[in-house]
Amino acid sequence: MERGTLRVSQGTKGGGVETILQSLQPLIVKGVPLTIALTLGLLGMGLALGFPLAFAQVYGYRPLRWLCATYEQTFRGIPALVLILLFHSGLALSFHILLPAFVSALIALGLRSSAYQSQIFRGAIQSVSEGQMLAARSLGMSKLQAIRHIILPQALRLSIPSWTNEFSSVLKDTSLASAIGVVELAKEGTLIMTRIQHALGARWILAIWLVVSIIYLVLTALGNRGLGFLENRLRIPGFETRGKVER
Amino acid sequence: MSNPVRADGEIVLRVEDLHKAYADNQVLRGVSLRLLKGETKVVIGPSGTGKSTLLRCINALSVPDRGRVWLEETEVTDRHVDINKVRAKIGFVFQSFNLFSHLTALHNVRIGPMRVRGMSKAEAGRLAMEELERVGLADKASAYPAELSGGQKQRVSIARALAMFPTLILFDEPTSALDPELIGEVLEVMIGLAKDGMTMLVVSHEMGFARAVADEILFMEHGGIVEQAPPERLFARPENERTAQFLRKLTELYGE
Repeated sequence: MERGTLRVSQGTKGGGVETILQSLQPLIVKGVPLTIALTLGLLGMGLALGFPLAFAQVYGYRPLRWLCATYEQTFRGIPALVLILLFHSGLALSFHILLPAFVSALIALGLRSSAYQSQIFRGAIQSVSEGQMLAARSLGMSKLQAIRHIILPQALRLSIPSWTNEFSSVLKDTSLASAIGVVELAKEGTLIMTRIQHALGARWILAIWLVVSIIYLVLTALGNRGLGFLENRLRIPGFETRGKVER
Repeated sequence: MSNPVRADGEIVLRVEDLHKAYADNQVLRGVSLRLLKGETKVVIGPSGTGKSTLLRCINALSVPDRGRVWLEETEVTDRHVDINKVRAKIGFVFQSFNLFSHLTALHNVRIGPMRVRGMSKAEAGRLAMEELERVGLADKASAYPAELSGGQKQRVSIARALAMFPTLILFDEPTSALDPELIGEVLEVMIGLAKDGMTMLVVSHEMGFARAVADEILFMEHGGIVEQAPPERLFARPENERTAQFLRKLTELYGE
C-alpha cells in the first residue's frame, strides 16, 4: 500500500489527470495479468475436467452418468461468489486449511466452469450423428478409438461457439475473486478508487470504473476474436456451425 | 449362375437360427444362411422384415437373442471373441453412407488401415489412394464428404470398406438414399467387386444388379427367409405365392 500512497502524493503536485494516469498503471501492470491468469487457469481446469465429465455422461455406465450429472448440477446450482467464499473462508475458518486467495478462486471458479463446460461438450457430442459411431465401430475401432478419432474432433469443432460464450462469462466472473482479496482488475480498481478519493475527491471515481469496464470489454473482445479465428481455421466444408439464410 | 466350382468351396459366413426382438417386436425369427467364398447373395423383402437387422447381427452391431454367426472359423456371437478384430474383417456399407464428416475422402479411407490395422500413415495413404482409384474417385481424394454427391459418397464408403481387405462385405440398401441418376455408378462398382470374387451379402431391391451378379436371391418376410434361389429360377418359377407377388410389385415399380 505504501507504494500507492507515495505515487499519489507525488501526483498531487502534477495535477489531476497526471495523478489519474499514474494511479491507473497498476490496473494494466498487475490487474490485467492476474485477471488473464485466473481466466486461463480456470478455463484450463474446466476444460480438463469438463471433457471427461461430458464423455462419462454420454458413454459412461449408469452410476457414473448419475455421479457426473449430480456434480454438474451441484456446481451449476451454487452462485460463483458463494463457491469462492466456501473454498476460501469456509475451508480456512472451519478446517484451518488456508489456501492462497488466488488458489481458492481458481478452484471454485474452475470447478464451476467444468460443470458448464461439460454441458457444452455433452451437447456437442450428442449432436454428432449416431452413424459416425456405427461406421467407426464397423471398421473395427474400439469405442475409445472411435471417440478419440471420430467423435472428439467433430465435437470439439461444434463446441467452439458455445465455448466462446463460456469464455466471456468466466472472464467477467473472475471479478468476484476480489471478494477474498485477489488483486485482479476489479480489486485493483477498488484500491485505486480509495486512493484517488483521498487525493482528488469523489468525482473521479466514475472515471476509474469506466476505465476498468473498458479493460474488461477489450479483453473479452480480444478473446472472442481469437476464438473466432480458431473457429475459422478449423472450419470444414459442410461443418459450418453458423448456417446462412440469405433472405 | 450357380457355380459348380463353388459347391465345395470354403464357407465364409454361416448364420444359424438367428432370433432378434426389439421390445415386443420380433424382428428375426430363425434366419439361417451360408455364403461361400466369392459368392454374392441379395436379400429382398418388404420393409420392416428384418433385412437390416440381419446384417447388423452379422457384425454384432446388434446382438441377437438366439442363434449363432460364424465368420470362417470365428464365432462372431461368442461373447469372448474380440469383436473389434472380427468387425475389421467385415466391411459394412450403410444406406446413409456415414462417411466421417470431418475427414477428406482420402482420410476416410486411410483411417481404418491406420488405426485398426496399424499401418503407417504413408503406407495407409498409398493404399487409400489405390482404393479410391478402384472406385474411380482418385480426383476427389481431398474433397470433404459435404462436397461429394451421394453416389460419390457411397463409392468412398465402399473404398473405405475395401481398404480393410475384408473377408466379407455387407451392403445395407446401398442405393436407396441416392437420386436415380446416381445409382448406376455405385452398382457398377459393386458389380465389379462381385466379379472380382468379393464375398458380398447385399440388401437391395436393384433387380438388375441381382440378375447380373447374384448367385442367389433370398426373399425375406416377417423375420424369416421364405424362399431362396438363383435369380433366373426365382424370377421364372417362384415357388411361394408371396415371393411371386413381391417380385411382381418390384417389376411394376422398377420395370425390368
